[in-house]
Amino acid sequence: MQTSTTTGKRHAALARNAQRTLIGAASIVALLVAWYVLTDLTGIVTPVQFPSPTEAWESLDQLLGPGYADGTLARHVGSSLALVLIGFAVAAGTGVPLGLLMGVNRLAESFFNPVFQILRPIAPIAWIPLTILWFGLGTPAKIFVIWLAAFAPAVINTYTGVRNIDPVVVAAARVHGAGRRAILFDVVIPAALPTIFTGLRLSLQACWMVLVAAELVGSFTGLGHVMIIATRDLIPGMIFVGMATVAVLGVLLTMVLAYVERWVIPWRR
Amino acid sequence: MATLSGLGAPPRFSALRNEALSQWLASMLGIATFAGLWFAVTLGGVVSPHFLPSPPAVLARIGDLAREPYAGSLLQGHLLASLQKFGVSYVLAVVIGVPLGLMMGRFRLLDWAVSPLFETLRFIPPIAWVPFSILWFGTGFLAPTLVIFAGAFSPCVVSAYRGARQIDRPIIEAAQTLGAGGLRMIKDVVLPGALPHVVAGMRVSAGFGWQSLIGAELIVGSTGLGYLIIQGESNIEPAVVVAGMVTIGVVGAVIDYAMRALEEWIRRDWGR
Repeated sequence: MQTSTTTGKRHAALARNAQRTLIGAASIVALLVAWYVLTDLTGIVTPVQFPSPTEAWESLDQLLGPGYADGTLARHVGSSLALVLIGFAVAAGTGVPLGLLMGVNRLAESFFNPVFQILRPIAPIAWIPLTILWFGLGTPAKIFVIWLAAFAPAVINTYTGVRNIDPVVVAAARVHGAGRRAILFDVVIPAALPTIFTGLRLSLQACWMVLVAAELVGSFTGLGHVMIIATRDLIPGMIFVGMATVAVLGVLLTMVLAYVERWVIPWRR
Repeated sequence: MATLSGLGAPPRFSALRNEALSQWLASMLGIATFAGLWFAVTLGGVVSPHFLPSPPAVLARIGDLAREPYAGSLLQGHLLASLQKFGVSYVLAVVIGVPLGLMMGRFRLLDWAVSPLFETLRFIPPIAWVPFSILWFGTGFLAPTLVIFAGAFSPCVVSAYRGARQIDRPIIEAAQTLGAGGLRMIKDVVLPGALPHVVAGMRVSAGFGWQSLIGAELIVGSTGLGYLIIQGESNIEPAVVVAGMVTIGVVGAVIDYAMRALEEWIRRDWGR
């Protein structure tokens, strides 16, 4: 009796999930069909407004093969990814330690926090013109602006993570004879890691967005460069390919970070 | 008794006061160091004014910008242009995003149909809409609106959706029993129940929208604060750039403060 109702419930849940997937897939298929019908088939949306699937495919083909805007897709993706990873690494490498310091030491918190509060409302994107004046359009400017965007979320989340640790846990470690080093490395950092990773995820998204913005404003390579050149040349297909690549890489970066998180914090679920 | 109070309260109280005092001193020291460094490197001649202008130079420049047109209009003009573009797109994002999120939270079929599309689009950074925005709206006043909308839309949808989902089932069922359905349910039950979430999402969305606007104005347009600072960059005038950045920061802070006040007000007066 009991088992039959649970199996019944499980069947219902399975059926619901199947229904959900079906409806989701149907709406995506409907969008793709509408795209094809409105562009290639009927031409209601002109090629100047939005590319047809054929044009998007041709642009992708061109970008993969001979290349566009001074490079192939691989080169543009490589340059954008390298900048994001370097900038992110620098931001995490400087932001997390500062956050830890601010979390452990109240005076350090009081010293740095007001400066953060003053600078925080200035959107990282608004720093792009100044970084161009300082470093030009090359690699150092991009890394600096990525660092600016990613630094604050890394610091603030690390320090919130440390602050939210149950004091009893730290006290218990101390009672059992743990020294300052042991408390920091064996208690504080592991306990704060989930929040630190939340901060790193926000940092990474900010990095990616500000890099695309910086490349759109001025650059020699990269996906943002491809998109702005395509805008100048009026090739919607190429813009579309650039946008799609930016979105896919954004998803991949988030997924890789989630994988790293699971590897670093195996005890979390 | 006497020993207990002697051991307990007074020393702790003074220690607390000492701690608060030293924290306050550290804060002041932090700000002083920041400002002092800026003054020292600029006025002391460590860096040239073509690299970083001094604080007085920036203030003077703000005064000049408010009196003489730069990049086509006065500082107030650019500010007003930015605020108008922001206002139009932000209102549009809230007016479309919040009802969509509420209905997705209420109607399962809509949720299942829209979520996959929404999740796909959400991964495109708002700023990546700039090229299409140029193709569709040209380089005029409307150009950044799509970008601001793209930045402000998804936090509205997500927070309204979450807000609608966390309403207690019995409340929904009670309303259904009393004969509320469809739009009436959304307006009188779901929206009030989800309001604190909605307002929190609107604050996040305002921040994203403002940031996206500045980004868009750097690339396209002929008015606005973003346009002002990119023109300052082209003319190699760092004082203009920093003056614009200060204005952007102040406006961003005011928007955030206003939204926070609204959030507080809703949370306090929304009887639970």
